[in-house]
Amino acid sequence: MQSVRILETPVKFRWGFWLPLTAIACLGIALHLYEELTPFLVKYPRDWIIPLRFSISDLMQWLIKDFDLGLFTFKELTRSIAWILEWPLSVANSLLATGFTFSTEPGAPVLLPPAPWIAIVGIVGLLAFNLAGMRLALLVTGCFLYLVVFGQWQSAMVTLSSIIIAVPLGVSIGFALGITAYRHPLLERILSPVLDLMQTVPVFAYLVPVLFLFGFGPVAAMIATMIYATPPMVRVTILSLRQIPEELIEYGDMAGCSRRQLLRRIQVPVARDSLMVGINQVIMLSLNMVIIASMIGAGGLGFDVLSSLRRLAIGDGLEAGLAITLLAIALDRLGQAYNKRSTQSRQAGTSRSLQGARLPTLIILILIASWIAAHFFPALAVFPESLQITTSHFWDAMVKWININFFDQLEAVKTFVLINIMIPVKRFLLSTPWIVVVALIGLIGFRLGGFRLATLVIVLSLFIAVTGLWSKAMITVYLCGVSVLFAACIGIPAGILAASHSGINRVTQVIIDTLQTLPSFVYLIPVVMLFRVGDFAAMLAVIAYSLAPAVRYTILGIEQVPTHLIEAARAIGCTRSQIRWRVELPIALPQIMLGINQTIMMALSMLVITALVGTRDLGQEVYIALTKADTGRGIIAGVGVACIAIVADRLINQWAQKKRLEFGLQS
Amino acid sequence: MSTVTPALQLRNIWKIFGDDVSAFREEISKTPSPAELDDAGLIAAVRDVTLDISHGEIFVIMGLSGSGKSTLVRCMSRLVEPTAGELMFAGQDLLAASEDELIQIRRHKMGMVFQHFALLPHMSVLDNVAFPLEIQGIDKQTREQRASEMISLVGLSGREEYYPRELSGGQQQRVGIARSLAVEPDIWFLDEPFSALDPLIRREMQDEFLRLQDILKKTIVFITHDFDEAIRLADRIAIMKDGAVIQIGTPEDLIINPATEYVAEFTRDVSRAKVFSARMVMRPLAPDEKGNLGELLKHDVKVHEFADQAVNSEDRIGVTDDAGSIIGVIDRQSVLNVLVGRESAGSY
Repeated sequence: MQSVRILETPVKFRWGFWLPLTAIACLGIALHLYEELTPFLVKYPRDWIIPLRFSISDLMQWLIKDFDLGLFTFKELTRSIAWILEWPLSVANSLLATGFTFSTEPGAPVLLPPAPWIAIVGIVGLLAFNLAGMRLALLVTGCFLYLVVFGQWQSAMVTLSSIIIAVPLGVSIGFALGITAYRHPLLERILSPVLDLMQTVPVFAYLVPVLFLFGFGPVAAMIATMIYATPPMVRVTILSLRQIPEELIEYGDMAGCSRRQLLRRIQVPVARDSLMVGINQVIMLSLNMVIIASMIGAGGLGFDVLSSLRRLAIGDGLEAGLAITLLAIALDRLGQAYNKRSTQSRQAGTSRSLQGARLPTLIILILIASWIAAHFFPALAVFPESLQITTSHFWDAMVKWININFFDQLEAVKTFVLINIMIPVKRFLLSTPWIVVVALIGLIGFRLGGFRLATLVIVLSLFIAVTGLWSKAMITVYLCGVSVLFAACIGIPAGILAASHSGINRVTQVIIDTLQTLPSFVYLIPVVMLFRVGDFAAMLAVIAYSLAPAVRYTILGIEQVPTHLIEAARAIGCTRSQIRWRVELPIALPQIMLGINQTIMMALSMLVITALVGTRDLGQEVYIALTKADTGRGIIAGVGVACIAIVADRLINQWAQKKRLEFGLQS
Repeated sequence: MSTVTPALQLRNIWKIFGDDVSAFREEISKTPSPAELDDAGLIAAVRDVTLDISHGEIFVIMGLSGSGKSTLVRCMSRLVEPTAGELMFAGQDLLAASEDELIQIRRHKMGMVFQHFALLPHMSVLDNVAFPLEIQGIDKQTREQRASEMISLVGLSGREEYYPRELSGGQQQRVGIARSLAVEPDIWFLDEPFSALDPLIRREMQDEFLRLQDILKKTIVFITHDFDEAIRLADRIAIMKDGAVIQIGTPEDLIINPATEYVAEFTRDVSRAKVFSARMVMRPLAPDEKGNLGELLKHDVKVHEFADQAVNSEDRIGVTDDAGSIIGVIDRQSVLNVLVGRESAGSY
């Protein structure tokens, strides 16, 4: 039936790589020595820059001011979308945070106060208990009690209300798009690059246009959140539908299912577990967005972290950051428990689902009871300030103490790394002629994927040159490169270690799970505490943020090495270290590289955020555009970041796939 | 095997995979060779297949992996859309059926069993078996009663509330069989139903299958890559290679007259004693023989069942037809020839 396709290597001849590589290297040296002969090949000339950013800003202006769709203008369309989305959001917000009022005017009399904290804590506790028993209930109520006791409640509820609206919306849109793309391959082909851009263009870059179109406020923030958090759901949906065994679909057809029956009765239930992974990702990404969205008026915990970062009030920032983290952990665990239970209840019979049917009634009862109780005991509605605890002074004092007592040591480490590693790399990249870099990327692309890949990566890197962002992009590459290098040096050995010791593995899993639930801004707090602003602090934050995939994929890669190969190696008489270096690592390498690829992607998205601590790269460019509300500048710089991300992603993926095919790990 | 209208008729069925199949459709009447197709960047999974499947027969399609047998069986139900050809099912042109008609035909007239069982993991055994009835909109009580009957038919009573992953492979396939029979299909497709099972279980399932067919008398298309299985189960066998059917015949036909060297390769090591029936090894009755025959045998008894008797007794054995009248004689030598695999001319 199908014949095995043998992977075409565009150039079989080894010289096809080394010869041009030498030529490019010679060109680089020659250009360096005789720079004055052809300066335009070394530094991209100013006159050649295409002022794309101004065109985009103009286009935006036109969209907002003049674009008329006949019956209404474009701006009216977007504003009415915002108006529609505002309804559910304001209901959730009223219920959790502000209370229901007659009108939206500030100071209007409150009709019904927001749900008392005791009710919310009770309800999440009940949910957790119902899903997974006492342990989870304790964990989740513990997390929420932290919010109460540390005075984070009000902000946390604002955040929670935007999450509980944004997540279901994002999930349904993503799911619908995913299904449509699964059914119509053409749509998928169109959608795929759009999703790539949505995931790689830093959030800051599209905050400005979102602001222009949807207005300042929580709705715009929610839309930005959804743009950021929906793509993984689309991808997961497509992927998990495609992973359904062919036979099951054929069976559905043979049983005479209509398309709807096939979807509802076979595809969705079978793909359920992997779809849940997508939902989980949407929750996590939405939480991650919370802080960023606070810049355009989402308020809530994100705003608290941001404002304390600006004031350099480390203690306050830490507490608000911890609040986000705990909220994330609670939601994450609840989601996981829900997923696990729905798998088990398929077996457990009906006793548990009966309880589930009674749950909504119970929740409403708790709400009403606590509203009444809170009416008589106000402390149940708003936790009294006198009982609130704060540790911020302690943290502030500790930072002060560390900075006084360890200033020299910290400074020494920082200076050492800067002078010996970071600055040389930066200088080298900045002085390398742009034409050499483009040629090199093109050559690698050609070697790995032929003309098509080469063209793609050359066009993307030329885009950066043409828009005049070359030197800023090189700083991004340098910061990203050095951070990823460090992350790999920590992550890969940690992964190898974890893969061979189950005890270490368990600890590592907990650590990387936590690292992944921490919103990106939180990483800034400790590094700024210890190293203040600058490239070094930025690098540390990036390393911490992007470490997890390097570890996770390494563990996965080693675990995926077929057991029969290890057995064969042992039968031959390999020592443990021979097995490690000669069998496990080479076979796990493609997987490890995919992890590094993820690390690069996360590092790039973090770099935009570290612009807050004073880097001078594309991230800063995006950030400046945000503060100046300059649409074109932000988008161009954002697309520049996306270009770097896509070039790295395509090259590494192509390489890894090729290797996996060679090893027969993938067909 | 000559019923008046066959249950399923295939005429010049083609299935070609490739980028630009439609442009090639014109060429098909000229029966292009694999090389020509290859030049056009196309692969023919099914090449010009013409065959009839009669009512109530077990029709086995045998071929090695990649021979196109699975694609062929999927063409029969249009799970795979044939590129060209004609497909008549119960007097209806199946290729002309609309999407809705096709759904109705599959719901009521076709059943299929899959190699990897294709049970729905999120449903219990009972729900799995009742599923095809459920999507037809049959009420819960009726469909569950029907499903229970089917489950007991395949010997799984008491396991209704189990989930597929809690069952062994053989049990899972029993569920698959019960499910495909729940709608009482007119034609029953089995795509390598026992290939994923251990040899002992496979044998047990084959017996079970024959037992069921004895009760149900369905029209069956059975796919396998195992020639012994084909011999054991088939009324007729079609041998496939590279997408084409190279021979169709009863097991005995294939062994006696293999059409090609390729078919002979399969038949060479088959135990003749298990395939050949008395009719195949008997010689015509000589005029004076009628009186001194020992015992009598029906004509369709397989040689291995009476071999002991024939070899150990001095008497010749008489062979009778369905009506009971004697039509031939078996002597010791002809049975021995079969047992040792000697291709002695004249005996058959």
